[in-house]
Amino acid sequence: MGSREKLPPTVTLAVTRYRPEEESEPTLQTYEAPYRKDWVVLDALNYIKDKVDGSLSFRWSCRMGVCGSCGMMVNGEPKLTCAAFLSDYLPGPIRVEPLQFFPIVRDLVVDMTDFLHKLKKVKPWVVREEERPLSEGEYRQTPEQLDIYKQFSMCINCMLCYAACPIYGLEPGFVGPAAIALAQRYNLDSRDIGAQERLDILSGKDGIWECTFVGECTKVCPKNVDPAGAIQQYKLTGAAHWFKSVLLPWGRK
Amino acid sequence: MSAEAHYTRYHPQWYRRRVSVWWWLQSWRYTKFVLRELTSVFVAFFAVITLWQLRALVDGPQAYTQFVRGLKSSPLVAVHGVAFLFVLFHSISWFHLAPKAMVMRLRGKRVPDWVIVGLNYFAWLIASGTIAWLLLRG
Amino acid sequence: MDVFSRDVLVVGGGGAGLRAAIAVAEANPRLSLAVISKVYPMRSHTVSAEGGAAAVIKPEDSFDEHAYDTISGGDWLCDQDAVEAFVKEAPAEMLQLEHWGCPWSRQPDGRIAVRSFGGMKVERTWFAADKIGFHMLHTLFQTSLKYDALQRYDECFVTRLLVDDGRCRGVVAIEVATGRIFAIAAKTVILATGGCGRVFPFTTNGAIKTGDGMALAYRAGAPLKDMEFVQYHPTGLPFTGILITEAARSEGGWLLNKDGYRYLQDYGLGKPEPKPVLRSMELGPRDRLSQAFVKEQEKGRTFEGPYGHYVHLDIRHLGEELIDRKLPFVRELCRKYVNLDPVKEMIPIQPVVHYMMGGIHTDIHGATPLPGLYAAGEVACVSINGANRLGSNSLTECLVFGARAGRAAAGFAAEQKESNPAVFAQASDEQKRLEESLLRKTDGKERIASLREEMQKTMEACAGIYRTGAALQQAAQDLHQLQERFHDLRLEDHSYTFNTELTGALELSFMLDVGEAIVASALARRESRGSHQRTDHPQRDNEKFLAHSLAYRTPEGLPRIDYLPVTITRWPPGQRVYGK
Repeated sequence: MGSREKLPPTVTLAVTRYRPEEESEPTLQTYEAPYRKDWVVLDALNYIKDKVDGSLSFRWSCRMGVCGSCGMMVNGEPKLTCAAFLSDYLPGPIRVEPLQFFPIVRDLVVDMTDFLHKLKKVKPWVVREEERPLSEGEYRQTPEQLDIYKQFSMCINCMLCYAACPIYGLEPGFVGPAAIALAQRYNLDSRDIGAQERLDILSGKDGIWECTFVGECTKVCPKNVDPAGAIQQYKLTGAAHWFKSVLLPWGRK
Repeated sequence: MSAEAHYTRYHPQWYRRRVSVWWWLQSWRYTKFVLRELTSVFVAFFAVITLWQLRALVDGPQAYTQFVRGLKSSPLVAVHGVAFLFVLFHSISWFHLAPKAMVMRLRGKRVPDWVIVGLNYFAWLIASGTIAWLLLRG
Repeated sequence: MDVFSRDVLVVGGGGAGLRAAIAVAEANPRLSLAVISKVYPMRSHTVSAEGGAAAVIKPEDSFDEHAYDTISGGDWLCDQDAVEAFVKEAPAEMLQLEHWGCPWSRQPDGRIAVRSFGGMKVERTWFAADKIGFHMLHTLFQTSLKYDALQRYDECFVTRLLVDDGRCRGVVAIEVATGRIFAIAAKTVILATGGCGRVFPFTTNGAIKTGDGMALAYRAGAPLKDMEFVQYHPTGLPFTGILITEAARSEGGWLLNKDGYRYLQDYGLGKPEPKPVLRSMELGPRDRLSQAFVKEQEKGRTFEGPYGHYVHLDIRHLGEELIDRKLPFVRELCRKYVNLDPVKEMIPIQPVVHYMMGGIHTDIHGATPLPGLYAAGEVACVSINGANRLGSNSLTECLVFGARAGRAAAGFAAEQKESNPAVFAQASDEQKRLEESLLRKTDGKERIASLREEMQKTMEACAGIYRTGAALQQAAQDLHQLQERFHDLRLEDHSYTFNTELTGALELSFMLDVGEAIVASALARRESRGSHQRTDHPQRDNEKFLAHSLAYRTPEGLPRIDYLPVTITRWPPGQRVYGK
């Protein structure tokens, strides 16, 4: 496979360690891992875990960019480590840290319960006045109608967008990019009528108006969900709604 | 070790990082964002000036002449220059934000972002041209 | 030790587990209900499934066609009553998912669109481009949030089932983030922890698929059924084992050897046509295609790469537009992980361990022989998959049998009185075991990773696509030695906080048990059927082996193999004919 280039035999990784039982704040520990052209950062971490230091903790599973477990900061940028090739970070050292703006539980593991609370708050399920009996078949939805929300349904909850959002860092109450994109995914679904129920949380104090369009969330998203787009779209909806309620108070539902 | 006093077995001992004061220098996008936040006062400045101008107009020709004379003072010209640059910066931001906020569809297909951005620039050009023509024709 | 109490406890938060939990909540909202999972539910491996889920929808299709494709695909080892129930309930389950918001691909008029898959006579695979597992899991997870009765224990690792008086009465688990060990007393437990692909070195399965549920049930006395049947998917990317979906072939992709020849025509799979033909060539069943690869390799007609032999999957002739519309994930995976564009280049592929047909023995309602214990999804064996699972039946199986197990478990739980206090003693024994033999263990010299690698190599060498009695015998001994060496494990991490070395050790010990069951079952089945090909017994033997194997754990820890007759209703065993 191709000519043999001169490749470094090993690569150095500077990895965050945090052992709450022993230390009060995180430190960086350096490890050497073999360099291979087709290895990703996660492969190097697994090498370290398996051969060098069994006590290094991190999350991973599918290794194909869809389970969303292995998000970390690689050289300061939020990345899925299963898709971050070592070759893109040569000559190293490669800095591997837990996702920023989240509390660190241990080493590279962060706590994301906050997101799960927020996700539930935006009601990410189909809201209907009445559920149609299964015997009446599917809800019709044309490919064009599907296309309207499809992009926002691709979110894998990997949390990279939160780690990229300085607003979330400064205002941890902010509902945040992924949860808003998922709310918008259901708002735009032709089968759903729950937009009204989601309005309070989305255009409330910690909702869309916190966002001032940094745009970084969209840039780091590994699935092209475009949460920034979702938020801007919703601002238009939210503003229209506000005008309506101020100018036509009697028309308010 | 002092840390052990804080850790209790079976309880999480999260480390919460404080966001650095210099976080906005981390990337150009963050810097741009903070710049936008701070410079929004200049947009407000233009709005206030326009309101003033309107009031002067209502108060009669004399008041208006006085107002215009006031504008010609060199510090105010300098402020206007700076404000113009920042408003330009904001306009460009808005043009690029437009396709994110408004998804347009033509025959079921999403209109590409660059078309919407292009239309905005085009409208801007026409508006500027019209104003220039109105001002410069005499 | 904290002890919680629930009427129904679901272990595992993937497709089957969440479907079961929702079924419980809907069947009886008064029951207290919880889902416990070692990962957040949306990380579950259901997320990786790509191609689609089968259910009859077209007017020219019928339940009988679906049943026949499934049964012949499974080489007549499927229980036909289970298959009939499965195909009948499949469409309603898929519709239910549609009503919950799953973004299925549509026809221009807004109806559900379907595609064909391997071994299928009529198109019946529902799909959402090529990310259906992902959409299914997230739809189920997001829908599950609406049930307030459903409580979750996320990132809690179940280490043992509590059994007393011949009944399953709960679990012991570790909260990974804090190391806290606790028990949940439950009137019924539903296991939905998925398969065990990780006992093999080269697999499409995620790191979390370590056979936990299988081993938990096996240790608690429930038998594992048909464990010898391991599905190799014919199209995995070398090194990573990333799956290239069967949909790539159903849309018209070709398998080419190193001479650019569609080699499947040499293996009784039909004649090459430019357009895909159902139940023919590239749309043959997975076991046949993987076996053909090995034969091709023996003939020296495969490529040799740094990660073993491979052939090409060619989808270039489908064109960029179709690939982007129907196979976007294939393109994304190829570009991101092997740096090639399938629109312009051929994809290197090799067979890869993908799915366990076998699992915990259950009846048609998901009930195991251990009262109070239910199982559904890949962890279970009902059996509708027989000796070889048909592509796109597994996601549907998660839904149909997840729902069935949920309803049955809800019914069982409602009839039970309060749980038995005798289990608390067992729970504290388990706590002692975990703390003494793992968390506080300071001696030992074996590394988890080296034992795991040896186990995986052993499994690949003996229980791969082709097997022999001699190799299996050797493997049984090797695994037994690995079991011994496991006691001499060296653990470097003694932290109570997110100790993944501890969970890694527990997973390894689960995998060793499951590996032994696979090898013993394969050794005992002296015939070739579906995915189980014995070169020393190359014929199918309906006389002796038209039966499910059952592996029981003996008190010494070794498996004992027993057999159970297959249920035949309307389709007597015949020949598997493809390409005609």
